[in-house]
Amino acid sequence: MDMTYSPEHEAFRREVRAGLRAAMPAALRAKAEVDAHFEHDEIMQWHRVLASKGWVAPHWPAAYGGPGWDSTRRFIFAEELEAMGAPVLSPFGVSMVGPLLIQFGNEQQKARYLPKILSGEEVWCQGYSEPNSGSDLASLQLRAVDDGAGHFILDGQKTWTTYAQYADHIFVLARTQPEGKPQAGISFILCDMKTPGITVKPFLTTGGTPAFCETWFEGVKVPKENLVGELNQGWTYAKALLGHERTLVAGVGISSRMIRRIKLIAKDTWLGGRPLLEDAGYRAKIARLEIQLEALKMANYRTVAAAQLGHAPGPESSILKLRGTEIQQACFDLAMEIMGHDSLSWNNPEGTIPAREQSIAPQFNYIRAATIYAGSNEIQKNIIAKFILGLPA
Amino acid sequence: MNFELSDDQKLLVDTVQSFARKDSPTTRFRELRATEEGFDRGVWRQMGELGWLGVMFPEAVGGAGLGVQEATLVLEQLGATLVPEPYLESVLLAGTALLHAGSDAQQQRWLAPMVAGETVLTLAHTERQARFDAFDVSTRAERRADGSWLLTGEKTLVPVGHAADALIVSARTNGAQRDLDGISLFVVEPSATGLERQRLEFMDGHKGATLRLRDVIVPPDALLGEAGQGWKSLELALDHGAAGTCAEGAGLLRAVLEMTRHYLTERKQFGAPIGSFQALQHRCVDMFVEVELAKSTAILAMIKASAADVGERQRALSAAKVTLATSGGFVVRQAIQLHGGIGVTDEHDVGLYFKRHHTLSTLCGDEQYHVERFARLPGFAPLD
Ligand SMILES: Cc1cc2nc3c(=O)[nH]c(=O)nc-3n(C[C@H](O)[C@H](O)[C@H](O)COP(=O)(O)OP(=O)(O)OC[C@H]3O[C@@H](n4cnc5c(N)ncnc54)[C@H](O)[C@@H]3O)c2cc1C
Repeated sequence: MDMTYSPEHEAFRREVRAGLRAAMPAALRAKAEVDAHFEHDEIMQWHRVLASKGWVAPHWPAAYGGPGWDSTRRFIFAEELEAMGAPVLSPFGVSMVGPLLIQFGNEQQKARYLPKILSGEEVWCQGYSEPNSGSDLASLQLRAVDDGAGHFILDGQKTWTTYAQYADHIFVLARTQPEGKPQAGISFILCDMKTPGITVKPFLTTGGTPAFCETWFEGVKVPKENLVGELNQGWTYAKALLGHERTLVAGVGISSRMIRRIKLIAKDTWLGGRPLLEDAGYRAKIARLEIQLEALKMANYRTVAAAQLGHAPGPESSILKLRGTEIQQACFDLAMEIMGHDSLSWNNPEGTIPAREQSIAPQFNYIRAATIYAGSNEIQKNIIAKFILGLPA
Repeated sequence: MNFELSDDQKLLVDTVQSFARKDSPTTRFRELRATEEGFDRGVWRQMGELGWLGVMFPEAVGGAGLGVQEATLVLEQLGATLVPEPYLESVLLAGTALLHAGSDAQQQRWLAPMVAGETVLTLAHTERQARFDAFDVSTRAERRADGSWLLTGEKTLVPVGHAADALIVSARTNGAQRDLDGISLFVVEPSATGLERQRLEFMDGHKGATLRLRDVIVPPDALLGEAGQGWKSLELALDHGAAGTCAEGAGLLRAVLEMTRHYLTERKQFGAPIGSFQALQHRCVDMFVEVELAKSTAILAMIKASAADVGERQRALSAAKVTLATSGGFVVRQAIQLHGGIGVTDEHDVGLYFKRHHTLSTLCGDEQYHVERFARLPGFAPLD
């Protein structure tokens, strides 16, 4: 066993680090410096910067515009992005519908959609969840009916659609077969958000941002060519997508960045006449969290190394989302604790509390979602119990 | 031992509870959090008329002459529906300081109108470098030749600081920055020249202000008690405030548990109420356990808040404060988790309770502060 990177990988790290630094616009750098909240426009600005370098979609095959990196290079690149506090790109195009189209889409669909996902010209959102179908996604009710004239007619409601108000397209799971096993009657359909009959109503998260929407479909007419793959096979495609890039779901980079941020805040916070970071009790708290992260990081490395050798993800990969999201939440809990009275402040003018602390309270609220979305942690545990530990149903 | 409420206490609790449920559901809080002041002075006056603001103050100022126990019982009921009027700040914090350190005349002038519901008060002690050490005071007060006082300094993120009709400000009249000796309490009215109040939003929807005192001149009778001798009153006010946060927290947590229990029976996934899944049943039971422990230590705090022995008082209050933070922290986090996506929306109440819980855990000393205080109290180390 050996934990060093090869000289080529080390050189790669130096190269992308320098490249990213040079490419980041000054205004974004200033915000990244204090881990400020990035608005949609800024995220898209960064998307275009990465696009110009060919670095938007590291996990896409080179034939579709990926940079052709191995899994270790992709991992290093992600680490470098997170270490510099870069805006996190919207995942819906680059990490979700893009890879899905590459795997299951036809040539016309790939040619129509992939280049604009890469360039950032078109923004996507994800229409899976419905008011009565969250964890039990297979029970979804939004209907897509063949009108016999080359269209599907969509009727129903999606909810929690993240940033639908900015999206040009939505990919929906729709019911095309009402009878039989629920999973076997779902299709994967692409839809232009400007199609008549779609209504989007954004609403606020507890973090105070209009991050998600209710999305209604009333008689929405979608050309049949927007069906991805085969009719009634949408569930299989969606599930295949869940297996993508498992090493990123742990959010190790985000948490590492947060630990650094916690230490910087602790350095500038006073306790008993000296910096809080010098207090043994708080140092122990931060250290415990960092050690938890160290353990998770190692589990993540094991997954990366296995992927590099071409092995399927091992059991260790199934714990990444579970523990990774818990650690992300613990980071914000600790940051809030260290901020003391400052943690009570809510979106007040600059200068009320230190700039580095400003976005912590909203994120402390929003990060509660990390253990809920992308398959809640309870659902993850059900899956692990059944499929990894083989416990009886 | 007997933890039953007296008949009078029961009557008080029942009336406050029925007000909270019928007249101040969380929708009222939602309306008020969008306003400048964040609470309703009409309702405050009503609370004064009903005698709720005076339960722990003597009859001479219009109070009922009862104790902190009654005040915290009121607050517990208000906590259950997030009633936004500043009971904690006016009654438990500033009220205690005035009661303990103020002369009869000062109590008539500043306490009586609050008891009547005509004014609101707050305690302004927080300084950035002090964290939760309220004795770490850098705001200075100097006596001028004519006996008036000159105040200079900054108090950060003071709840109700934006609206208070009188602020009890801690300032150092002598000694070094972290001395217990040399701290004085002054009543500062918002009209004082040189006082700048920057109105601020708090995470939980309440409002407050950062106060900047630049050569603020207050008259001789603004000083509460003797110069330099304010620490004991300030410490007591913060302990009473701590009891208040625990009581309000107990009311809040009970509501959160009930809300979650209800949701588990209503929400269906996989063709069944999610409350039928054993994993969630156990989680809900764990929440119930923590709520009962938080309630138990809140009762401990209510009883011991007025203990004559400071060590005995602080042991109880620190235990309750730590339990509020840890047990309560678990409860509000799991409550959001079990609500799923809807728990992360501003439209659902559970997030409001989550936010308020954080405030209550933080005010008057957070978990770490009280763990350390508990471990430093006389009697913690065994006698050999
Ligand atoms: C911030 C945020 C952004 C989102 N963005 C999108 C988006 O862009 N597009 C989209 O389609 N969806 C999105 N979602 C929706 C997300 O996928 C769902 O919230 C999630 O699937 C959970 O569904 P639910 O909210 O209906 O909760 P429910 O399924 O009702 O679950 C409630 C609780 O019950 C638990 N539970 C449910 N079933 C079981 C079981 N069998 N055993 C044990 N526990 C169980 C859950 O873990 C949870 O704690 C987003 C959600 C959030 C919070």
